Amino acid sequence: MSSGVTDFEALVREALSPVEPPDDLLARMELTLVNLTELAQDELEAWELSTMRDPRKWVRPAAAAVVGASAGTALVVLRVRSRHRARKQQSSSLFDLAERTLADFAEEARRVLRDS
Amino acid sequence: MADDVPKNKVELDARFTELYRRHLRDVYSYSYYRVGNHHDAEDLTEQTFLQAYRHFERALRESNGRPLRPWLIRIAHNLAANFYRDRSRKPESAIEDAGLISAPHTTEALVEGREELKAILEGVSQLPDDRREALIMRFALGMDNREIARALGRTDGATKVLLHRAIRQLETMVSANAGGEPV
Repeated sequence: MSSGVTDFEALVREALSPVEPPDDLLARMELTLVNLTELAQDELEAWELSTMRDPRKWVRPAAAAVVGASAGTALVVLRVRSRHRARKQQSSSLFDLAERTLADFAEEARRVLRDS
Repeated sequence: MADDVPKNKVELDARFTELYRRHLRDVYSYSYYRVGNHHDAEDLTEQTFLQAYRHFERALRESNGRPLRPWLIRIAHNLAANFYRDRSRKPESAIEDAGLISAPHTTEALVEGREELKAILEGVSQLPDDRREALIMRFALGMDNREIARALGRTDGATKVLLHRAIRQLETMVSANAGGEPV
């Protein structure tokens, strides 16, 4: 390779420098992923306890699949997560909490799919 | 390697956290040079990692211990293609002078080279997609031939030729725009 090409490559390297992501992007990504993982664990525990008693609750994976398949996954998770405390306070038992969460998930998924 | 795959979800999430912290800048840079603006680059980056999260365990199993950066960039590549197809648009301008504004271009020498760098960015935007992508991966992300080959789904040899032709074409374009003066 000639030195001309090498010089040119150096210029290309300068022009195409790595672009630093905005400061809040890393924080936002972390929050999204933490919510994603925490929610999954949280909801799973609640769901498992109730499902052992009531096969009607087996519908939850289907709702989760709907959420997982949509492009608005993070949005659904964040919105549902943000209302978690309120649901917990309103619920009389884990069974009730799981039911409310399922309904909230399904409603939010429908809303995001409708808007997308 | 299969042995390297985390045994539980906590470990898997920790590995994923490590992955996105290490490669956030790579995915963002790639996205930025593909879509040409920060807003869409952020969206594309987020979607890339969410997609990656959903398939992370399988990717780890199938990677046989190889780096996952090409896999991540391939996800971003596919999402960027959908982005253009769904919205029926291309970047309005090549790039918002990305290298000049967002990247760590703070030295006097770089400021002096501004017009040359602008001409190069303009040239990059006019290259055929595969050549432009190969250049972004090589220069913005610092990927080697093998990594680029994996991201593009080509052989190492074909990738080497692609890169060579991309640089030559870019050099010719930039030189022609500068009135034949060497850059």
